[in-house]
Formats: sequence, structure tokens, C-alpha cells
Amino acid sequence: MSEDRKKDSPEQADFRVHCRSWLSNHVQKDPTTRLPQSAIEIMHTNQMDYLRDWQGKAYEAGLIGCDYPVAEGGGGLNDCQIIANQEMQGADKPFLPNILGLGMAAPTIHFHGQQGIKEGLLPRLFSCEDVWCQGFSEPGAGSDLANVQTFAEKKGDKWVINGHKVWTSLAHFADWMILLLRTDKSDKYDGLSYFVVPIKSELGKTVEVRPLIKITGETGFNEVFFENLEVPEDNLLEGLGKGWQVAQTTLLHERGAGPMVTPSSGGGNSKDDNHVGGAYSLINLAKNSPRNGRTAADDPVMRDKIMEMIIRQEGSKQGARRARIEALCDHPMRIPLQSKLVMSEIRQDCGALAMEIEGARSTLYINDDNAPVGGEWPLAYMNSYGVTIAAGTSEIQRNIMGERVLGMAKSK
Amino acid sequence: MTQPKNFAFGDDEKMLRDTARKFLADSLPTDKLHQLVAGNPDLYRDPECLWDKALWQQIVELGWTTVIVPEEDGGMGMSLVALTALIEETGRAGLPSPFIVTSNSSLVLRECKTDPACRLLGEIAEGTTATLATIPKSGSWYALDCDVQIADNELTGTAYFVQDARKVDKFIVKAKSANGIALYEVPANAEDVEVIADAIIDLTRDQAHINFNNVKVTDDQLLAAPEQGCEALDNAEPGILTLVAADMCGAAEWQLQTTVEYTKVREQFNRQLGFFQAVKHPLVDLMIMIDHAKSLTYNAACAIDSEPENAAEFARMAKARASDVAAFASNRSIQFHGGIGFTWECFVHLYTKRQKHNQILYGDASYQRARLADLLMGPVAI
Repeated sequence: MSEDRKKDSPEQADFRVHCRSWLSNHVQKDPTTRLPQSAIEIMHTNQMDYLRDWQGKAYEAGLIGCDYPVAEGGGGLNDCQIIANQEMQGADKPFLPNILGLGMAAPTIHFHGQQGIKEGLLPRLFSCEDVWCQGFSEPGAGSDLANVQTFAEKKGDKWVINGHKVWTSLAHFADWMILLLRTDKSDKYDGLSYFVVPIKSELGKTVEVRPLIKITGETGFNEVFFENLEVPEDNLLEGLGKGWQVAQTTLLHERGAGPMVTPSSGGGNSKDDNHVGGAYSLINLAKNSPRNGRTAADDPVMRDKIMEMIIRQEGSKQGARRARIEALCDHPMRIPLQSKLVMSEIRQDCGALAMEIEGARSTLYINDDNAPVGGEWPLAYMNSYGVTIAAGTSEIQRNIMGERVLGMAKSK
Repeated sequence: MTQPKNFAFGDDEKMLRDTARKFLADSLPTDKLHQLVAGNPDLYRDPECLWDKALWQQIVELGWTTVIVPEEDGGMGMSLVALTALIEETGRAGLPSPFIVTSNSSLVLRECKTDPACRLLGEIAEGTTATLATIPKSGSWYALDCDVQIADNELTGTAYFVQDARKVDKFIVKAKSANGIALYEVPANAEDVEVIADAIIDLTRDQAHINFNNVKVTDDQLLAAPEQGCEALDNAEPGILTLVAADMCGAAEWQLQTTVEYTKVREQFNRQLGFFQAVKHPLVDLMIMIDHAKSLTYNAACAIDSEPENAAEFARMAKARASDVAAFASNRSIQFHGGIGFTWECFVHLYTKRQKHNQILYGDASYQRARLADLLMGPVAI
């Protein structure tokens, strides 16, 4: 932690003291139910209620939305969200549930919304009074996102929306959605527009949310159907035909490469953390897993594989550090654009290796009392495919970097 | 102790690095390097030692060899991060020179803390070059393993895998005595020293084994006494691993950029090669791997100066990752150049060969991971 503190601005240093003091005094009672591994696997109301309470308290304490203007419900500070995140991640607190709101909707609304929209929606987003979801993918628009067909038509002073979104995480709890849709069928990119639309208040009327079941057996994402949903002109961000441009802001933040730092608590990849998902936690797992008459920690092949995972994770961590040192980066977007791809593939390979270490016992799932680490590793491994596919598949990420950073010919 | 966030890479380091990059791009473009070292493809040629001595004199005048020599010994006393950045540039240029071996020598001498070692550091700051004669015939990287003996002030035996042996003025010789491992300074042209060149794959350096036929030494040449030699070598090892990792990062960046440029000019099926994802995606993977290796390398360099308790761990991470990157960069750079990539006239083989040599030096990737596992997990139970 002292490394983080070393080059804080005076404002950051004061704010760090505030964060640390609040976090050490704030007692977050234990949940009465098992929490999922991340926000996009929240299935039940009691899970959401518990996490919503945590986010609300952290917001009241000023640890969420720190860098947004006060008028938008933010803290009006400079570069302080990163400080809050470092302190929250080190404080063994739950994760924030309104992840799509904080990570994608908030920066998009901040950069592209009218003042009334910002002031009306962002404070309730930060406090988690309103949960947000993201309406981008459709059955015919996955990697080819600009092919979306959900359509908005102007009738009087209202926009009337019809269509079908899919893989929509948190829609079953959502009050609001950021929605990429089509307003002109004659132009693929310039025919796109970007709206914020109500979900919960329209359920049973013009909006229907149907849950999908993931390979893990968990719910948490959904299909969303619109039938003549009416929204006012103010809900259109940046103007007609600007949807693709606005979506770039969302995607950049979704991939961890945008200007606004996403509030984050829970987890982290520090050396001493033992949570499921980090490479260092594999060491203890190996020491507690029998293999070939010894433990997996005494098997040279497994040792090699664990070290390779740790080196990859440390490389990614040091890369994030180097990305902030301009003199050590030849291209400004080279490391930021890697973060989502690298993080998701490390997580996936880490899960696969953890199951290899667990051996026969890795067949036991979270509903088996004998499963090592509560069966969380097989669950994490399967859930990792959500991350290598969502927010632009790993293959699309490689296209983007090959074309935008290395300048190679477009693959389409 | 903790590291500064910016890897201690400030304005001075940046200026030094930028000057070096431009100097090497101007004085040693790749076609000139190829002319210099690859003029004779004869499979059965005698071992060569091809380098540009005039260019080296300019480098000495630029002060690169004084960077990590302490100020009290006549050097600039800059951070290891500054030197790491310079080595990254010499790797990018594929520079044949005694720079890295002299830097390695300085790293060891800094740990010796004796009068002869300080004197030799001062000479290095003034342009003397040196290399380590420390490796036994088995190729073991352990400081304790040694095929040279010291007895009655005479060195006998052979040092193997001595890097750039025919470019330097001085050898730093590891010698076993009854009391442990000592380090001696021996002039390259000393009597009874026999330098026998190895025929190696890499065209951008030379290597030799050196016979010491009852070479007489005095106390003035004793850099580290038998009780201190192993410790000095062990303490210098993270720095040595970090520098070779930096060389590989720089060379891998050359391999990446050169191959990417080729995918923009070469067309097949009426499309640029880069259109095809079988070509594009591995090059993106290479870019990501280089970035990780480079970040780990700067982290290790910074740790050696300001977080020494973790330096060994971070240096092994850097060398392991950089070695894997070097292998992948070499593999893809030849493959994606197609038929031309398999010819002597295409420049990519120069870097493939340098990288292969670097991958092996001081322990390859799996060796580093095994040593890292001992640090992080404890030794294997038997």
C-alpha cells in the first residue's frame, strides 16, 4: 500500500486517509446467502439487496463516483476513484453490484447525455437505487455489433421502440438500460442511435425480460423484448445517427481503456490474496492437493505451470503500471486495449489449471459438500467463458489491436 | 523498501534512451549489421569476431559504460533502469559489442566491494572492457560450480561459454580454492592465457573457452576473496538476468515491427497478409507478450535498486517471460516472412540467432520458473 501512496497528489493523499478511515470503521455484516463470484452472476433478490446496501453505503461515504461533477451526484474530485478502488480492494469488502451502470452507463451518460439526464439518472446509479443493464447484443449482432436491428421510430414527440436484445446481464433487476439501436435501415453505422430507456417500470407493459440459463446453471443474463416502448427525445444521447460514436465510449470503458476509472471493490490480485481467480492462490491449492504420491506443490510440472500463471499475472499487473508512464510506452493505446483480453484469458487459464491441480476432486461442483474450496474453481472456470466472449470476443479484441495499434489490414 | 511508481524512469533516463535509439538507428541500420556480421555464410568457416570498433569507441564516448559505475569510482552512478533502457536499444539494433558483458562485469564488481574491484570499475568508466569467465564445462549456472582452480597464486583450468571474449580487455575469472570461490582480474593478453573461439550460431557476438595454464596472479588482481566470491556473483545475478531480458525485449520488438511491416507490403490472394487472422492474431499475441516481458524487466531493474528483497524473484520472472517471448517472436518472424524468411539474405535470422543465444544464457524459461518456484513455494519435498 505504501507504494501506492508514494506519488499521491495532496488531494489524493487526503482522500486516501478518508477512505481508509471509513473502511476500517465501516462494519459490513456477513451475507446470509452465498454470494456469486461477480455482479453479472447475481441471481436472487436477497443477493442483490445485500450488495445494493453495500454500494449505497460506499456511495454515501464518497467512495463511488469520486471524479464525477457534484451536479451529477459525484464527488467533484480529481483522479480519486483510483485511490478509492485501491483502498476498497485492500479492505476485504464485497463487490459492487451495479457494475454495468458504473462501468459503462455512467461514463457514456457523462460524456454524451444532456444535463437534465445526467442530473436525474447518475446519482441514483451511483447509489444503486437504480440498477442498470446494457442492450447491445442481438441474436444477429454479436461480434458484428453494428448489425443491430432493434428499431426506434419517431411518432410525434416520442420515440417508439421495437426489437429483441440478448445476453443482457442484470436485466432481471434493471431499472434502466443503455440501448444501441437502429433509426435508419439504409446506413449500417450512421443509422445507429443510442438511448437510455426504462426497464422495470415498463415490465408487463411494453418490455419483457426472459432469463437465460448459463453453462454454470446460474441465471443472471436475459433476453429483452421491446413492443412499442415510448421514450421522450431527451433519452436520445448525442443526437440522431450518433449511436456508433457513443457506443465507442461505452466499449472503451467496458474494456478498461476509457478516461473514467470504474469504481471497483472486492477481489484484487495481490500476492497475499487467496480468493478464487488469482494465480497466487494456486500455490496453497497445490499444497493441499494430493498428486502422484506427493502434493501437487511437489510435482515439477505443476510447479512450472503455476509459475507461468503467476508470471503472466504479474506481467499484466506491471503492464498496467507501465501504461501510466508515457516515456515507457511507444503507443498510447497499446497496453490499455490489452487489458480485457489479457485479464479474461488469464482468468480462464487459471481456472483450468486450478481444476488440474484439484485432480479427481475438481469433478465436485458447488452443490457437493466435499468439493474443494466449495466447488468455486469449476464454477470460475466455466464462468470465465462469459468474459472471453462478452464485451467483444477475444478474437474481435485481437482484430482491434492488430488494426488500431499495429496498423495491419482490416479483416473485413 | 518500495519502488517508485514510474520505475525510476525520469527525464534523464528518457533522454539517454532516446539518444541511444537515434544513434543506433543512424549508425547501425539492419542492412549494415547484416553486411558486418553475415558477409560469410560458409558453413565451415572459422569462428569469427565481427564488430565495429569505431562504433564502439563512439559508444564509450557517449558514456554508456559509465552509467551504473558508482560516482565515487568515476561513473555516472545512474539507476539500473537507465542501463536496462540502453540494453533494450542495443537488443533492438542487434549490436555486436562488449557492452552487455562489460555491464555484467560492473554488476559483479559493484558487489565485490574491494579496492581492486573499485579500481577496475574506475577503469571501466574510462573505457576498459571486461567479461565474466565464470561458467564450467557442464553449463551449470550455479556460482559454486567451477572448472578453474586457484592454488599458490596460480590459476589452472578452463572457463567455458565466455561471452564476447575476443572483444574485451579483461576477464573476471571465477576460481575455486580450498576456502571457496574467489574472483580474479586477468588481462586478456596475459601470459599463459589461451582463448579458444567457439563456433556458435549467433552472428552478433563471439564466445570462447579460455585455458588458464598456470597463470600467475597477485593480490592486486583479487577482486573477491574465497569467502566472498559466491555472494558477489549471487547478488549480481538478478541484474544480469534483467539485462539479458532487456536485450531480448528490444530484439523482440524489432522482430514484431519488421514482421508487421512485411504483412503490409506482401500480398497473397489479392490481399495484404495482415488481412488474414492466422497472421494478425499471433502478432497481436506477440505484442502482448513483449509488453508483459518489458514491464516485468523494468519492474526487476527498479526492484534491484529500490526493493532488493524481491529482486531475485522479479528478475527470474523477467528472464522467464522474455525467453518465452524471444522464442515466439523468432518462430513467427521467420514463418510469416514465408520462403524469403528461410534465406540467409533476409535479416530475420540474425535476430532469431541472437534470441536463441539469449534464451539459453543464464538459464532458459523453464529453468527460471523452477528457481522461481523454489522462492515462492519452497523446495520440493523428497
